[in-house]
Order: sequence, then C-alpha cells, then structure tokens
Amino acid sequence: MRERELVRAVDGVSFAIAPGERVGFLGPNGAGKTTTLKMLAGLLYPSAGRVRVAGHVPQRREAAYLDQIMLVMGQKQQLVWDLPPADTFELNRAVYRVSRADFTARVGELSELLELGDLVKKPTRELSLGERMKCELVAALIHRPKVLFLDEPTIGLDVSTQVKVREFIRDYNARHGATLVLTSHYMDDVAALCPRVIVIDQGRLTFDGALDALVREVRPEKRLTLRLRGAIDEEVLRSLGALIERTEERVVLQVPQDALSAAVSRALAAFDVLDLTVEAAPLEEVMSELFARGRAAREGRADAADAADAADAKEPSE
Amino acid sequence: MRTLRTLPALFSLGFASATAYRAEFVVWALTSTLPLIMLPLWHAVAAEAPLAGFSESRFTAYFLTGFVVRQLVGNWASWTINFEVKSGALSQRLLRPIHPLWFYATESLASIPLRSVLALPVAIVAIALADPTHVARDPLHWAMVLPAVLGAWAIGFFAHVAIGALSLWMHQSIKVVDLWYAGFFVLSGYLIPIAVFPAWLQPLPRWLPFEYVHGFPIDLLTGAMSPARALERLGAQWTWVAILGLLALGLWHRGLRRYGAFGG
Repeated sequence: MRERELVRAVDGVSFAIAPGERVGFLGPNGAGKTTTLKMLAGLLYPSAGRVRVAGHVPQRREAAYLDQIMLVMGQKQQLVWDLPPADTFELNRAVYRVSRADFTARVGELSELLELGDLVKKPTRELSLGERMKCELVAALIHRPKVLFLDEPTIGLDVSTQVKVREFIRDYNARHGATLVLTSHYMDDVAALCPRVIVIDQGRLTFDGALDALVREVRPEKRLTLRLRGAIDEEVLRSLGALIERTEERVVLQVPQDALSAAVSRALAAFDVLDLTVEAAPLEEVMSELFARGRAAREGRADAADAADAADAKEPSE
Repeated sequence: MRTLRTLPALFSLGFASATAYRAEFVVWALTSTLPLIMLPLWHAVAAEAPLAGFSESRFTAYFLTGFVVRQLVGNWASWTINFEVKSGALSQRLLRPIHPLWFYATESLASIPLRSVLALPVAIVAIALADPTHVARDPLHWAMVLPAVLGAWAIGFFAHVAIGALSLWMHQSIKVVDLWYAGFFVLSGYLIPIAVFPAWLQPLPRWLPFEYVHGFPIDLLTGAMSPARALERLGAQWTWVAILGLLALGLWHRGLRRYGAFGG
C-alpha cells in the first residue's frame, strides 16, 4: 500500500468572490494555489472547512454545478490527442446539452476570435502548443460557463499567443459576465486580467485585495528613470533616492511615493533631462520580495521556536 | 436522461478513437489468439478418443467460438484508469457532468465493430467447419446470447474498474490485473475447457466470476447445455455483474475522495 504523509496544502484560507469578478491567485511554487483552484472546481475533497461556489458544494460534483463551471489547465488537456478538436467540441455539445444552433454560433464566434480557421479539423497531435491551447479554450467555453477557473493558461506559449489568450479571456469575462479565477506564474497574465489578487503562501492566505494596493504595500517606492545629458552632480543624484542602475546617460532611482514630486522637480532643475519616466516596481520583483518576506518571517518564527525549545530544555538543569 | 442523450456522441468518439488506434487493436487481437494456438494441442489430445466428451470437432468449435467471444468482451479500463489517476488526466473527465465510467464503458463498447472485423471471419470459418451438433440450434439459446455476451463484458468491465479504482490507494494497482488474468486463464475455460477439468475441480469455477466471462457464452453458442441450465447460469452471471458492479462503484466513489488531481 501507498505510504501517506499528511500535509496541510491549504490551511485557513478564507475569501469570497462576487459574480463577474476577476481574481488572481498568487504564490510561490507549492504554495497551495492550484490546490485551492482544484478544490473550487470540485476535483479535490477538502478534509475540513467549507467551500461553496455558485450555491453548490463543489466536491459533490452535481451536474447542475458542473454545467456552470470549467477549469482550464495549461498543462492538462481535454482534447483527444489523436482526434481533431472538432470531435471534442461535438462531445461537449452533447454532454452539456447545447442546442445545435447555439453550438454552431458559439464555435464560430470563438474560432473567429482566436483565428482558428480549419485547425479544428486537424488531429490535435499535429497542432502547436499555442493552437492546442486556443482549441482547449473553445472546448471549455462551448457550454458558456459562468465561472471559469484557469490554471496557468498561458504556460509555455510564445509572447504574442499569450497576449491573444489574455485578450480572449478578458473579452469572455466582459461579454458574458463570467467570474474568472486564475493562477499564473506570468505576472503579465495577472496584471492584465486580475484587478484583485489573493496571495497564498505555505497554504495560508497572506493578502487579499487590489493588485495596486499589494504593490504599494510591498514596494511603496516608485522607479524614477532619467536619461541625462552633460555633467552630473553625483551628490544631488544620490540625494534624490536609492540608486538602482547607473550607466553613462541612464539612471534608475528608487524613490518613496511621498518624495516623488520633489525628486522630479529637483532632477529637472539640476540636470539636463532628455527623458523621464515614473513606474511602479516590476511585478515580478514585488512578488519575489513578498515571498522572500514570507520565508524570512517563517524562518524567524522557527528560530524563535528553536530558541524557546532550547531555553525550555536548559531550564531543569539550572 | 442526459447520459442517454450523450451516448451517441460518446460512442461516436469511442469509435473514432478505436479507428485512430487501429494498429494497437490489431496487436491486441494477435495477443488474444492463444485459444487458436491451443487448438492443435487439444486436437492431438483428442485424436485417439474424445476427452470428457470433447472430440476434435468440438474442440475446434469451442476454441474458434472462444476467439470470437474474447474479441467481443475484451476490456482494458484498469490500464486507462491507472494511467489517468497517476497523470491527473482523470480531472478532465471529472469536470464533465456525466459519470466518468460512461467514458470508459463506451470506449470499450465502441471498439467492438472494429474488433468484429477480426472476429467475423473467424466466426464464419467456425460455422463452416463446425460439426452442426456443436452449434446452438434452440431459439432459446440464441435469445440468451445477447444478454450473456453483455453480461460477460460487464463482469470484465466492472472487474477492471474495481482494479483501476485501487490505484487511488496503491502505487501500482495494475499488478492486481495480473491476478485477475491468472484466474481468467485458468478458471474461465480460456485455455482449458472446464468440462475437461478433473471432476473434483469442476465445481470451483461455478463459484467464481471468470467462467461467466468466457466459458459460459461459448457453451451457449455451441449449444453445450440445455436452455434451462443456460438460464440458470445466465442468472448466476448477472448476479456476478451486480456484485462486481457494486464493488467497482463503491471503490470508485470512495477512492475519488483520495484523488490528488496531480499535474496541471
């Protein structure tokens, strides 16, 4: 028999999502994002706690629930490998009881949006990864789910296909008011699709709110990029903010939000500025800082616990 | 209702899959030719005198019919389920509002037309070669053929599902299939007709499911028993369908609570 070790993949994660919202789950590898998504989709049975989606208990997998949802996984496909995607579309038409007229209209519309053409008649194995993902999306949306779970939908895709898939998903949400719940390692997916993010780290919810608020909380500083000409007074430069990058004519500074306007005015007054941009820190950087803080906090707690244990152990001998 | 309306689409997909994997089916069919290989051996045994009522011509009828039955009732769901549990591919089936076992069942049943392409010529040869006394003549026998073949398929199918569902508890439930096949080869009449077993061993297969997957449909098709006896065995066969069906569904539903939905 299989040896089993009980691991709490998700613990004390509590949130509510309104119909039509677009929410991204963020977290390092193994944080519990996909586990949460699979629980919401009814694939995993939670050992404790309560999950309800669209008025249903997901793990019961009632037909009335499954009719309303779909989970698209970037690394798992529902298309049959040796048959054309059109065969899977047809199966889904029957399984989800979609009328012939609706089916034809929906497949036509989705295929046009994704520029699929005759690809759906080729065996799936002959399609590129991007083409397969687009066909997966069509297969997933034939029954027009009200809740769409997306697990790494753009993984492995080239940049232009990633953009296309994002636009398509966004458009589906706008047209049909569907709720989107997404996990992705690509921050661009999250930035483009999800105004709200839920951060899960080590199975626990560590942030739930607007993406902008998360960025402000983790990295309140802004990036000030200057392209300069002529002599540069190093002292003035350093007084503007923390120096991140410096080349002969390009300078990147990190400046606290409340000191930004003063820093910009001083820079314009002190230097010959060719170009100036202000941006938030890249999302990847914000997330890695957030996860690093999470790790540090855990290690700190563990060290404190070790110290306490050591103190306890010493006590009797004293 | 939904399932019934979905069945044509499931069969259509199953047939398309079977056609796409036709080369594999031919290989599988070749692996099921063992009864045909056994035939000359049994002929040699029965050359001098019939063995337990089996003459050379009865052995011919028995093993050719056995080949045809095997083509009709073959199952492989345990391998598919094992693979899908390990790889997480089962998730895609669980997301659809139709019981996953319908996918496995229709996949197997939809391949019967393709396997019949191999079975049919053998059936024609069997009828042409057979001594007419070894072909069922009573209409009551023929009336029971469809439920008996379906029952044989269902026993195999539920046994495979039960073994497949064990993969939710074990690393390699596929090893259990070997046990099933060990029982099948010896106790179903696949290699040795049960009638030629020693008298003391003959009651054993009656209490096990294997014979109802293979020997019983052959006996029915070759008219080797009275209609009354056939009806009795049909009842026993469907009792096994019910037992294994309940076992398979029980294991499946309990096992799904442990499903890890790996990958993705």
